[in-house]
Amino acid sequence: MIRSEVLREIAPIIRDHLVVCNIGLPSQELHLIDDQPSNFYMLGTMGLASSIGLGLALAQKKKVISIDGDGSVLTNFGTLPTIANNVADNFILLIVDNGSYGSTGDQPTYAGKKTSLTKVAEACGCEQVIECQAEEAPKVMEQALASDKMTIIVCKCESGNVKVPVITMDPVVIRDRFMRTVQS
Amino acid sequence: MSVSEKIVSDFVANDIEFVTTVPCKQLAGVIDAIDSNDSIYHIPSNKEDEGMGLCAGAWMGGKRPAIIMQNTAIGVTINTLVTLTQYYRMPLPMLISYRGELGEPVACQVEMAVHTKALLAQLNIPTYHFHEEKDADELDTILKHTFMCNKPVAILTDASFWKGY
Repeated sequence: MIRSEVLREIAPIIRDHLVVCNIGLPSQELHLIDDQPSNFYMLGTMGLASSIGLGLALAQKKKVISIDGDGSVLTNFGTLPTIANNVADNFILLIVDNGSYGSTGDQPTYAGKKTSLTKVAEACGCEQVIECQAEEAPKVMEQALASDKMTIIVCKCESGNVKVPVITMDPVVIRDRFMRTVQS
Repeated sequence: MSVSEKIVSDFVANDIEFVTTVPCKQLAGVIDAIDSNDSIYHIPSNKEDEGMGLCAGAWMGGKRPAIIMQNTAIGVTINTLVTLTQYYRMPLPMLISYRGELGEPVACQVEMAVHTKALLAQLNIPTYHFHEEKDADELDTILKHTFMCNKPVAILTDASFWKGY
């Protein structure tokens, strides 16, 4: 399974929660599969999906799922200690780990080589870290949502992309409809 | 009231409840005051762009944020300021230690000081410079202005303002 298939499988499970989605193809794919006002699409700023999600989870009570990638977590590696030390039990970080920088042409990341993001997250102090295979992602996401405990999911999947259109929605529109959902 | 306490009291009066910090020697007093204030959630960041991400999330979640950092951070946060804070029109007061100004003992700090205002001007970021203690009287108005216009706003605080290093 590749990332877009993982997103298609988990979309029905996450659609009623706040979702902060990573820049590039992940946002474009989620937008195509199941656009929701509860989705915050990142149009730029690689690496900050987990930080935005954590800030959002700490500021209010609704459940927040950040959909991140292995490359983006490597870009903002300092995020894992911050997450570990500022526990928000309404926060789930889903790292779709396909071992590559998908949006830029599938260049390999270190997470696909010797570096284990699962072990890094654990070493940073994250208490509930679950590594799973792509096929298990829906079940693991359901369990994480039911657990009411901050969870880091490292979902291993294959590298590869499908053709999707870019998001043409204005950033302020994305943000405004998202904030209305947060407040509703 | 010390200048650090005054700054934090203006933050609280403007409903700022979520503050991220990356330390600077000059900001140690204000960071301590933030940390010991019960109405503010203090979340230290490992890097300033990470902190701006946290602030963006907190603001969308209904809490007014602020970031406290050194001017060297302008160099690491330009992409975030432009593609997140400005692009999505989000407010962000940035209390910045203006290292490399008169009295600076570390020569390397001057290298970033000479670019600080030019970079902020290039980014169209409203910029205020606190040089004397009385300049902080304007902080309350600057914070109101920031949350009125939904922009990142820079408050540069130099060594003279903090009365030395």
